[in-house]
Amino acid sequence: MAGTAVRRRLTWQVAKVTAVTAETASVRTITLDVPDWPGHQAGQHVDIRLTAEDGYVAERSYSIASAPGEPVAITVERLEDGEVSPYLTDELRTGDDLELRGPIGGYFVWEPADGGPLLLLAGGSGVVPLRSILRHRERTGSTVPIRLLYSSRTLDDVIYRRELDQPAAGVEVIHTLTRHQPSGWTGYARRVDAALLAEVAWPADALPLTYACGPTSFVEAVSQVLVQSGYPPQRVKTERFGATGGT
Amino acid sequence: MSPVSRGFHRRRQDPAANAGRVPPGQYVTKDFPVLSAGPTPHTALDRWSFSVGRAGQRKTWSWQEFRALPSQEVTVDIHCVTKWTKLDTAWSGVSVDTLLDLAGYDGPFVMARCDGGYTTNLPVEDLRDGKAWVAYAYDGRPLEPEHGGPARLLVPHLYFWKSAKWVRGLELRDTNDPGFWENYGYHIYGDPWREQRYAGD
Amino acid sequence: MDALDGNAIGGLLQEVFGTDMTSAASVCGTCGAASLVAELAVYTNAPGTVVRCRSCDSVLMVFVKIHDRTCVDLMGLAVLGG
Repeated sequence: MAGTAVRRRLTWQVAKVTAVTAETASVRTITLDVPDWPGHQAGQHVDIRLTAEDGYVAERSYSIASAPGEPVAITVERLEDGEVSPYLTDELRTGDDLELRGPIGGYFVWEPADGGPLLLLAGGSGVVPLRSILRHRERTGSTVPIRLLYSSRTLDDVIYRRELDQPAAGVEVIHTLTRHQPSGWTGYARRVDAALLAEVAWPADALPLTYACGPTSFVEAVSQVLVQSGYPPQRVKTERFGATGGT
Repeated sequence: MSPVSRGFHRRRQDPAANAGRVPPGQYVTKDFPVLSAGPTPHTALDRWSFSVGRAGQRKTWSWQEFRALPSQEVTVDIHCVTKWTKLDTAWSGVSVDTLLDLAGYDGPFVMARCDGGYTTNLPVEDLRDGKAWVAYAYDGRPLEPEHGGPARLLVPHLYFWKSAKWVRGLELRDTNDPGFWENYGYHIYGDPWREQRYAGD
Repeated sequence: MDALDGNAIGGLLQEVFGTDMTSAASVCGTCGAASLVAELAVYTNAPGTVVRCRSCDSVLMVFVKIHDRTCVDLMGLAVLGG
């Protein structure tokens, strides 16, 4: 099933919105009913296409937030001055149609057979495909150890907060809040740097598999530190999100 | 056409008061989108130079010399082939007429050459008679690197891919060879009023 | 304007090549650098999509949508796939 997911012909199809859930003030998870969905792998994404009445078309890509076997869901952050994201977070409702194609991607994916330990590095909305990996691990009963290091601006910006506050056995979630911390916060309070990673990352000789996702600057900074600390580059997978392409 | 997405529309545009200023297929934006085909070059001004001519026969200006040339403030409408139009953009620049006259070289065509390797081709006639500038300031401030600074070509009567960012010289040529985007299928001339976006349009 | 990576054009590549290409190997025709397509530098905010080598910035692939067709130029690559 997973193998055929990347080899089938990629066509646009119309999905129905079955739920819109608020994750934070500016982030929504949109659950979809996609006819003939072939299944997906944790880490894959979909392309979304919107068509205005005058024929204007806008396309964007969003990572799948749900695990294989769960209904397809995407998580969208409303970007100020965005063209597409405010429509998805504020206008789209249950029962609406949404054109999409997918699942897409064979590189930034994880299956339990790929092993671990896993180091998941999330910058802002980069947490979305990593959450799919976490849910897939739990649903399959995998015991691969996972550390998720998740960088957000403030606690209110943390997506899937309740879920991440109750991680499964063998999963550690470490937050860093870069802009503002609540009083009494004892966690990390700065952008991810070499010292922070040295404390959090698996030692290189544990042969970890790393997935880093988020804005380009975040992904490049963290992957550079890891490779310099001895992580083999071919075991550090990266997915860069763009503010412009994804508005 | 794909099914219409209920309630979706492009970003709000200016009202039809702009009719007559908007070429076919374009929409007016208040933003100034940054488009780029590669990494943004950052050339230090003490290493920057601008040349006009052909191999072996060029007139070259350093940044100081270039900035000492007579310059103009112009306000123009600009039209990007990706369909956005921005009205009343204000620039400071040296007229290409000034540069061609001072160089004293001639030819029917020009290839604009830029840091980062970008090129675009134009007939010399479209750079003469007050139609083009090498611009170093936008909206009263030095041109930012992401918008083409230290200096870019400004040729507002053609699609904006012809207004080459990070321009370093105009190479005079006898043939109208295609530049970067022209080579990948964009129109050799690029008149927005005749909607010449792609080769063959 | 930071570049994205080959993941951002996964759908476009699958549309053009008929299969996932993000995990395909590539070799730069200019400097010989080997890379997975997912790791290449991708510029999508342009009149076309431009894919460049991370080592030498050379253009490897260009995709331009001309009316209804996607035109593809792969001249910058020495190897794609396998």
